[in-house]
Amino acid sequence: MDITFQNVSYTYQPGTPFQGVGLQDINVTIPSGSYTALIGHTGSGKSTLLQHLNALLKPTSGVVKIGTREITPETNNKHLKAIRQKVGMVFQFPESQLFESTVQKDIAFGPQNFGVPIDEALARAKEMIELVGLPANVIDKSPFDLSGGQMRRVAIAGVLAMQPEVLVLDEPTAGLDPVGRREMMGLFEKLHIEQGMTIVMVTHQMDDVANYADNVIVLEHGRLAKTGSPREIFADPDWLTEKQLGLPTTTQFAQALSRRGFIFDQVPLTEHELAALLAEQLPKKAGRAHE
Amino acid sequence: MCTDTIINRHLFQGKYGLLNMDEQKIIQVEQLKYEYPQSDGHLALNNLSVSINAGEWVAIIGHNGSGKSTFAKSLNGLLDLQSGSVMIDDLPLALDTVWSIRKKIGMVFQNPDNQFVGATVEDDVAFGLENQGVPRPEMIERVQEAVKRVGMLDYLKREPSRLSGGQKQRVALAGIIAQQPEILILDEATSMLDPKGREEVLATIHKLKQETNMTVLSITHDIDEAASADRIIILDNGQVYDQGTPADIFAYGQRLLDLGLDVPYPEKLKAALNKLQIEMPTDYLTTERMVDYLWTLHSKM
Ligand SMILES: Nc1ncnc2c1ncn2[C@@H]1O[C@H](COP(=O)(O)OP(=O)(O)OP(=O)(O)O)[C@@H](O)[C@H]1O
Ligand SMILES: Nc1ncnc2c1ncn2[C@@H]1O[C@H](COP(=O)(O)OP(=O)(O)OP(=O)(O)O)[C@@H](O)[C@H]1O
Ligand SMILES: [Mg+2]
Ligand SMILES: [Mg+2]
Repeated sequence: MDITFQNVSYTYQPGTPFQGVGLQDINVTIPSGSYTALIGHTGSGKSTLLQHLNALLKPTSGVVKIGTREITPETNNKHLKAIRQKVGMVFQFPESQLFESTVQKDIAFGPQNFGVPIDEALARAKEMIELVGLPANVIDKSPFDLSGGQMRRVAIAGVLAMQPEVLVLDEPTAGLDPVGRREMMGLFEKLHIEQGMTIVMVTHQMDDVANYADNVIVLEHGRLAKTGSPREIFADPDWLTEKQLGLPTTTQFAQALSRRGFIFDQVPLTEHELAALLAEQLPKKAGRAHE
Repeated sequence: MCTDTIINRHLFQGKYGLLNMDEQKIIQVEQLKYEYPQSDGHLALNNLSVSINAGEWVAIIGHNGSGKSTFAKSLNGLLDLQSGSVMIDDLPLALDTVWSIRKKIGMVFQNPDNQFVGATVEDDVAFGLENQGVPRPEMIERVQEAVKRVGMLDYLKREPSRLSGGQKQRVALAGIIAQQPEILILDEATSMLDPKGREEVLATIHKLKQETNMTVLSITHDIDEAASADRIIILDNGQVYDQGTPADIFAYGQRLLDLGLDVPYPEKLKAALNKLQIEMPTDYLTTERMVDYLWTLHSKM
């Protein structure tokens, strides 16, 4: 299911003294089956754009095409259920999407809401608790009586339980410990590869962009600044720095190596790429190499 | 080969060990125990003891649910502790001292939405100062200064709840910076800033710390933030699991993952190169030293 923005603008609080630009004349397509990273500095419009992907926000002008469905400023708020089921969204602050009395009920809410029988929904919730690395004893706790990282996991579990076609994630690993971060990124990747799930992720971690995404959208002041593959985007470090965005750690490290005298004929994006490029230029260990 | 580690150990003992008993301890907690209501005997703080010197920058790390936020909340009396003692700047935390203690501690919460009280950014940042009875002209100046430090001057009249995630975190920080607390506690307060923004905000706080000898406790999963601390304390299961200088702690390599911190980049590259049969040293190398090491190795080709 492609999602296409055609001349989309969004204004917050229009007609008031607080009127503010969210998005300006966005034209972009998020291809079905892609792993798209959305990057840009604070306030550039990333969360605003995400909320158009499941019609939580409707454009002030322009059209958002979600599969065959067209969302325009005039679109009625009813009959959006089908979209919400297909496009699952994890918000930037997970607390804002938790509300049930127990963790299990919270996770089961989505599937139940979309017609899954209650027993099955609860069973699915139980599976999800394990899948996202929550301790089993949280099942009957209130989702608000959890640590920050645990709440994040509940929010992710709730969206995964709906088995969406498009998974929309707003800084999903903020607040997760590094093991949780790796496991969760691994889980999203697996869903992307094995089930062809479309992933759209806002992130400030350029390492994640380099490691996982195949498509990148860069926003600036609510406008589209650039789109391309990670390699295309990271090929111009000066441009990224000017836009307040960093480089993958590997690319930075390779720059330091270049200053010292190493020569690379390609910009490495991941540690394994860099290690392979380095290995060609370094002596191998002597002796008992294989164990 | 291990001189670095030895020197670090030595420094560590000098700084935190017996040699310097007279360094002023601004935070001393002993044997804290805390169980949240209805948590079936699970202790979120389980005999936690630690002390922190005035002017120190301490990074608190640990996996999700290890007790970091609970520990932070225990310091300014937000929890009804089961047992243990908290001493802040030589004041034992108790009913009659809690208000004086809260004036000394500024805390930026994990979710900024839980922090906002004002209808506008300006009011919100001013709120703490008003409470402290700061005279109006001084208050206005301090609000401006704090908001400027976090780069949010253009947003003074905006409603805090109607800002982007990173903007909210900046405003929450400004609110605390304006109060100029003796102790600043940051609970993952920069988790949603862009890389440049995070660098700027941390530099701002380092500067403020230098100007005022503020003590900083930063709860974080970010390796760069932890690297800039004087000391890292690792919590696990409501207890102090280990502590040391960043160099000491980073030498744990792959084990760091289990302790709630990512592996520093040079360590990751070391592992990848090891797999390709390139000789790598076992002790921790900073980026600079790793670059030097690789260049030296290269010249042996
Ligand atoms: N509810 C709202 N009401 C009014 N303005 C808003 C609201 N939410 C966001 N804005 C403004 O719209 C712009 C874009 O915000 P958005 O939340 O999309 O940014 P973002 O790219 O997600 O930033 P961050 O990385 O900080 O989360 C910002 O200038 C912000 O202040
Ligand atoms: N309000 C609460 N009620 C009951 N239990 C809670 C509450 N808040 C936290 N807990 C539990 O106490 C333990 C410690 O939580 P705490 O919030 O201190 O962890 P943390 O180290 O800050 O984790 P994170 O990195 O996820 O923020 C966890 O097991 C958590 O589930
Ligand atoms: Mg956002
Ligand atoms: Mg916490």
